[in-house]
Order: sequence, then C-alpha cells, then structure tokens
Amino acid sequence: MENFDVIIVGGGPAGLSAAISAANGGMKTLVIERGDYPGTKNVMGGILYTKATDMVVPEFWKEAPLERPIIEQRLAMLSGDESILAGYRDPDWAKEPYNAHSILRVKFDRWLAQQAEKAGVMIITETLVEDLLYQNGNVVGVRTGRAEGDLGAKVVIIAEGVNNFLAVKTGLAKPLKPASVAVTVKEVIALPKEKIEDRFCLDEGQGATIELYGDSTAGMMGVGFIYTNKDSISIGVGAILASVIREQWTPNDLLENLKAKPYVKRLLQGGETKEYLAHLIPEGGYTQVPRLHRQGVMVVGDTAMLMNSLNREGSNLAMISGKIAGEVAAQAIKAGDVSDQAMAVYEARLRDSFVLKDLYHYRHMGEFFENNPHLLKIYPKMFSKAAKMYLTADGTPKKQRQKEIMQMLFEQRSKGGIIKDIYGAWRALL
Amino acid sequence: MHFVVCLKQVPDTSEVRIDPHTNTLMREGVPSIINPYDAHGLEEAIRLKDKVGGKVTIVSMGPPQAKEALKKAMSFGADRAILLSDRAFGGSDSLATAYIISTALKTIHETEPIDLVFAGKEAIDGDTAQTGPGIAQRLGFPQLTYAIRIRELTDTSVTVERKTESGRQIVQAQLPALITVEKELNDIRYATLPNMMKAAAYEPELWNVNSLSFDLTQMGLKGSPTSVSRIFAPPGRSGGEIIDGQNDPAGTAASVVQKLFQQNVIMVNPLMKGGKR
Repeated sequence: MENFDVIIVGGGPAGLSAAISAANGGMKTLVIERGDYPGTKNVMGGILYTKATDMVVPEFWKEAPLERPIIEQRLAMLSGDESILAGYRDPDWAKEPYNAHSILRVKFDRWLAQQAEKAGVMIITETLVEDLLYQNGNVVGVRTGRAEGDLGAKVVIIAEGVNNFLAVKTGLAKPLKPASVAVTVKEVIALPKEKIEDRFCLDEGQGATIELYGDSTAGMMGVGFIYTNKDSISIGVGAILASVIREQWTPNDLLENLKAKPYVKRLLQGGETKEYLAHLIPEGGYTQVPRLHRQGVMVVGDTAMLMNSLNREGSNLAMISGKIAGEVAAQAIKAGDVSDQAMAVYEARLRDSFVLKDLYHYRHMGEFFENNPHLLKIYPKMFSKAAKMYLTADGTPKKQRQKEIMQMLFEQRSKGGIIKDIYGAWRALL
Repeated sequence: MHFVVCLKQVPDTSEVRIDPHTNTLMREGVPSIINPYDAHGLEEAIRLKDKVGGKVTIVSMGPPQAKEALKKAMSFGADRAILLSDRAFGGSDSLATAYIISTALKTIHETEPIDLVFAGKEAIDGDTAQTGPGIAQRLGFPQLTYAIRIRELTDTSVTVERKTESGRQIVQAQLPALITVEKELNDIRYATLPNMMKAAAYEPELWNVNSLSFDLTQMGLKGSPTSVSRIFAPPGRSGGEIIDGQNDPAGTAASVVQKLFQQNVIMVNPLMKGGKR
C-alpha cells in the first residue's frame, strides 16, 4: 500500500485548491477524481471570482482559460411577459484586478488540475473513493473501487462535491434533504462573439451577467441566470428541490419556460445548444453545514455546504476552504498531530473568514423563504403592475395614479402582510 | 516474450460532426481517446504477458498531446511507452505511417527482439486498416488480421482465429508475427490502483526524426501518395417502405418476396435441382 501525507477526494475547485496548498506546504499529495479528468463532472453557473482564485494561483488570469471579465451585473424580475430591470456596470472590472470572470468548468478545472500537478500533486482519475480506512478508530487512508485500491494517508480532505456520500459514511454529514439542495439545469448556447457583444452592449471581450427572479423559477425559491462566454451563452435555472417536487415541475420544463420569456428569447435567438448540464447545488446554508472535521479528516467546498446563493458565490468559498484545509493539513502533519483538535484549526480559520461569516449572516434566509413561499410569487407581479400603472401615460393625473397603485398593492397583500414581509426580509438578508 | 502494441490516439468519432457548410471535421471540444481496437490489442498483450511473462512496449505516433493516451495505456499494466512525435511526421498517410513505425520497431527489435506485435484492425478516424499490415510487410513479419481469438501461443508460433466475411478461419504463423485485432478478442480490464499510480508518474519516451535514421522522403506529405479530394457527409437515408400486412398476410408475404427478388437481395440458387434462372 502506497502512503501519502494528504489524500484529497475530488478534483473540483475546493479539492484542487487544497491539493495546491498542501503540496506547497511540502506534503506528498494525491487527488482522486472519479471523472475522466478534473472538470468532466463539475458544474456551476459559471462565474469565477478573482480574489479567491488569485489566492490559490497568483495572477491566474494571465494563463487560465477564462471566458470574459464581467463588467455588468443585471437583475431582472420577471412577471409573465413583463420585466423589471436593474443593474450595475463598471468598465474598470474589465481590467486588473478584475472582480469576476465567466468560465466553462470543463476547461478551467482541467487547467487548475495542471497547476496542481506543477505544484507536485499526483492526480488519479476515473477512480471512486468508497470509504476511509480506519485503525483503532483513527483515519489512516482511503479505499478506492479499484483492485489493490487501498492507500495510506495522514490526512484525508473530503472535497467530493454536493453529493456527500463519503462525508455521510464518515459520520460527519447527514444525507441531503430536498429542502437543502437546488436542482439546476443549464445550457451552453453557441453564438458569434459580435452578436453577444451587440446584444449585451459590451466592448470586445467584456462580459455581463443577468440573474432573473420571479417567473424565471415559476415563483419558486431559486434563480435563473444568463452569463456571457467568449462565443456562447450559459443560461440556466435552479430552484430548491423540495419546491420543484411540491409544485411538480421538471427542471427541463423550468429552463424551457425561462428560454421562452420575451426578454430572454431575444438574447438567445439564432444560437445553437452545444451542451446541456444539470447538477445539485448545496443551499442548506449555515444551519446545514456538517461537522467540518474529525481526527485526520476535513470537509471542504460543496460537501461542507459552503455556498452563498444570494450573492451567487460558491466556487470562491470552495477554493478558500480548500486552501485553508490544505494549509492546516500541512501544519498538522509537520507538527505530528492530526488529532481532531489539530483539524479544528481549519474550522476556526473558516469562522474567521468571510466564508462562515457570510453563511452565518444569511442563516435565516432559507427558513424565511421556505416559510414565505408567496414572496417570489406575488411581489414580482405587484411590482410589475405598479411599474406599468406608473409608467403608462393615459391621462390619469399622477396623484390619483399613485393612490390607485397603493390601493392595488394593498389589495394584493394587506398592509400588515407587507410590513411583516419587509421585516422578515430585513432580518433574513441584512 | 516481448509484446509490442501499436496504438493511436483518435478523436472520439461518436462526437465528431461534419460542418455542413464547409464539409470539414468539427474537432473543437471533441475528446481524444485510445483507438478502441488498439485498446483490445493492448489488453491481449497484457493478458499474454500475465500468462507467459515478458514485457509490453507501446509505440504510438502523433502530436505531443498523444502522450495522454500513452499514459492511460500504461495504467493497464504496460512496461514502456514510446511516442514518435515530430513535425516531419505530420501529414503522413498510412503508407508513410507504416514506414515510420516499422523503422522504430526495427530499432526496438535490435536491442529487445520482438515476438509479437499487436495493432487494432483499423483506426476509427480513418477506417483504412492499412497501417498494421503495412508495418508487418516492412518488418517481414507474417500478418494475422482481424483476430477474434488467440488459440495458442508457443515459443515459436501463434495460432489465431480470425473473422472473415463468411465465417471464421484458423491460421498459424511463425514468430515474430503481427496481429491486427477485432473488439471481440477480449474485454478490457479495469486498471489496478498501483498501475494507475505508476502510469500517473510515468513519462513516455519521445522519439523524433533525429532519434533514428529515417529516410525523410518517405514521411510526411512528401512520402504520402494518398490525397483527400473531398470530405462530405453521407446523404441521409431515404425512408424505407412499409408494407401493411394486416389484412392479407399471404399476399403481403408474396409481394415482399417478389420485391426482394427484384432488388437482387435474394436469388434462386442456379445449382439447385429444378431451379429456374
């Protein structure tokens, strides 16, 4: 049986970041990935944040396969065929030190794996880790599905993604609940560069994002998204699995529904679907974060539920958690102490960073939307109606129109209800 | 025994499409794989090595990224992998490729005599089925093509069951010999973890045009008499004819038989007694 210092289960952003920092700490490091190569099984909406990635691979933008730097973020609230739009654009985001880029994971993750290999990490693909190996209750390695498949490790970092089979087997996490995950489907639609830039009002090479709320998810807790790539557009939609089951949608119908919206249709016109992807996203929030460590083991990335859906941040949380776990593993192994106490440094550092601070900040959010399923159903409609009444010039005096709007709003939702919703949102989000 | 496997990295043709406007292959984003027939040749070589002992050497020609295919091939339990890669080799057709690979095999043969060479019956990107036989011819080895079973391997000979259009043929050849293989030959194994690790750390040997004494006129575009005049997508099949047999089965059967005669799909055996021409 071959022995390693650190074995990482899973070759996504969290696992590869952990591998790079462990190898940089002088550890003999192995990543075990079940796909053909890192990236083949990995899915996200497609936005990579610069700051976190830079901490893992300094100045990655000079070499990494990125699509477009994001200079504009739009919000759309859809109600039937109507839409309310808001957004922020900053051309400075097209320059260093960038804020975020769109990426295609199958290319980016493969590149990140190459960076890990350059740092001395060994990567084994097409191999599934089935269990951890124990000796006197201590974790001493992993068991893979291959013949002669046991490997020794001083520390195992579980970065298996949202499907947390190994973390559950280890007793650190509980099986996923339909209320704690979103099911997301996405298409990559090919379009010529010029068309993308025209349709999104972009200078050459620049990118934009649109998040769509309301009817984009048929009023379910979730979001639709459109991201510009170099010569394609990623469009997708995700909603909490429990509500998709309850309201009897199929994820594909949700996506087709979004693609048929007038505001969206025009952006995609003439494109050819190149790829179809689907994945679960961990949306359990702070209260569903599993135990993050035990003797010889740390849990990172999606497996650790590290996802801030409101700000559409996930890969950066994953990478930071991986980086910290890799560093903690190296320190612990050098000190000859991989006890639970030594691993706890990982959690302490996560708590000290934006990763768990942000999750803690939004800890009531999931519960708030779960208990108030009307929010994403009635407010988009109310706001659209109000906007239409206010902006339609039909000779009604404005004072009277404003009165009518207020009346309409209170017909849809009582004054008390609105106050309750605002207070709830305030508590959950601010 | 020394087994050599000729192996090619090919685009996964199940994912290649032809651009309907330019008639060129759209290779962008298409994954590269080991030519499936070659993988069966590799599997057989490793099985024989497991049985009789010896060594498996893999030889491939291709661009530098073909290294990936060789590393993967190593994970099944091969011992050595050599990649012939040079701009001068680019553009070679099956004739020139057979020349380059056979030259490499001759060099290997001088230091480590080869007993058996395996090659896939054809590569899925070209379907020519010429390179394997071409190598055998240049090496002066007997060639056993379309093998579906190795019946016997002795110190001096190999007996092979081969697929023909009308059935099976059992053929025997003296060693050293070259065998091209069909997929029915075996089932490919799931590599063991130690072999995966060995392969992950393995760097295939790179041989270029200066590594051996090559005749430059026999390689690349210059050494390739084949020229591709046109690439096109085959026309879609026209829909078949559906004959309704619900009401008159006997009449339908008769009309089907008549149609089959008309199309020369079936015919009366003229040697049969009473047969009509």
